[in-house]
Amino acid sequence: MNDMRIMNRATGMQDTKMSAKGVDVYYGDNHAIKNVTVDIEDKTVTAFIGPSGCGKSTFLRCLNRMNDTIPVARVEGEITLDGENIYDAKVDPVQLRAKVGMVFQKPNPFPKSIYDNIAYGPRIHGLARNKSELDDIVEKSLRRGAIWDEVKDRLDAPGTGLSGGQQQRLCIARAIATEPEVLLMDEPCSALDPIATSQVEELIDELRQNFSVVIVTHSMQQAARVSQKTAFFHLGDLVEFGETGQIFTNPHDPRTESYITGRIG
Amino acid sequence: MQEQHIVKAFDRDLEAIQAMLMKMGGLVESAIVDGAQSLETRDVELADQVRQNDRQIDALEEQLVEETTRVIALRAPTASDLRTVMTVIKISSNLERVGDYAKNMAKRTTVLAEVNVIDGAAAQIRRMARDVQLMLKDALDAYIQRDEKLAMQVILRDEDVDQLYNALFRELLTFMMEDPRNITPCMHFHFIAKNVERMGDHVTSIAEQVIYLVTGEYPDESRPKQDKTSFISDAG
Repeated sequence: MNDMRIMNRATGMQDTKMSAKGVDVYYGDNHAIKNVTVDIEDKTVTAFIGPSGCGKSTFLRCLNRMNDTIPVARVEGEITLDGENIYDAKVDPVQLRAKVGMVFQKPNPFPKSIYDNIAYGPRIHGLARNKSELDDIVEKSLRRGAIWDEVKDRLDAPGTGLSGGQQQRLCIARAIATEPEVLLMDEPCSALDPIATSQVEELIDELRQNFSVVIVTHSMQQAARVSQKTAFFHLGDLVEFGETGQIFTNPHDPRTESYITGRIG
Repeated sequence: MQEQHIVKAFDRDLEAIQAMLMKMGGLVESAIVDGAQSLETRDVELADQVRQNDRQIDALEEQLVEETTRVIALRAPTASDLRTVMTVIKISSNLERVGDYAKNMAKRTTVLAEVNVIDGAAAQIRRMARDVQLMLKDALDAYIQRDEKLAMQVILRDEDVDQLYNALFRELLTFMMEDPRNITPCMHFHFIAKNVERMGDHVTSIAEQVIYLVTGEYPDESRPKQDKTSFISDAG
């Protein structure tokens, strides 16, 4: 009977895509992430949850070196992508971010046409040899972003003219246009209404076929709905990491229990 | 108990459904005791009372299903809260079944009051019923106190009830072979005994729910089965 558990939503054994070992992050004197070790699986949605200031966004930003842009931030420990240390001196952060894409809390389309929003990344990374290849990339990305049908007749219109939910899906389409291997999402739905949220969640589930997705969310229900693995952060510690069904029905750490059941803890 | 929720109304909701469950449990305990007592003392009035009270038990079960559904819809409980809600639903349906068996015992009391007395049978059933009622009381205490050790004890005690049932089964067979006029009362007693034995199984299931509630896992199904009457061909 144990073989048929619906609750065990993990897709079986997946390869480790990214791996963090003993990662510490400091903002000046502030020790923001304390010795975090975690494996991000390929073709899996991993959710980071935790109260504000627990370090989940900070940790997410370590995964594509976004913290490099903050002068006082210092990252120690090892983070690998397919076994290669992403903080190695010979790694180009720009190339890294093409492989590890990111979507932010607020939709932030470029003040350009819908077409150019998508084409920007592939152009600078030289992914298309000619116009028709670029057209293909744009269409494929918009389709994967589940927004193609809504914008196919107005690709020249400015991306900023779309609704909030459409803008966010445009940003997701933009992030996947460079064929990243990992997609980081920092509260991708917090500025969206419930319908747009559902559309993005459905999209995340589809993206899982091709990418490894890591999502930071304040909505625990969202984490429960979209992820296969959940990590709970508290005061810079990774308190518990496990299969999402287990975290939400039978968490092992009392701090996880207190947090997800909405108790003071 | 546990720390409180930030949203205090959530605590009140959970407390309310558990209080309702305990009320239901109390009514079922009384039904068991009164049903067995009415049987032994041939008290038709008390038996009638037990049958009347069963409506209240049924109504409470319905109310509990409604309330737990509301809590799930409005509060989206997780982890131990979710297990609390789920176990309330399952335990309430166990309690409802036990209440039905008690009612059935009371019904048969009305019939048995008019036929031959079978020496000792009613007293033995009362002993069984007493055991089951105490098991139920402990199972409900274990629920409220989140005491999985006490729940485990309850599960083990079901063996005793099974053994009492086996003994009574043999005895009733002997009575029936002695005198065919005993067959009617003995058949009734046998159904009652079987029902009390089933009550014990439902109480065991309640205790299993307690273990799930506390630990997040169900206990192993390794409990020895003591009801061997299915293999007995005669009183020998």
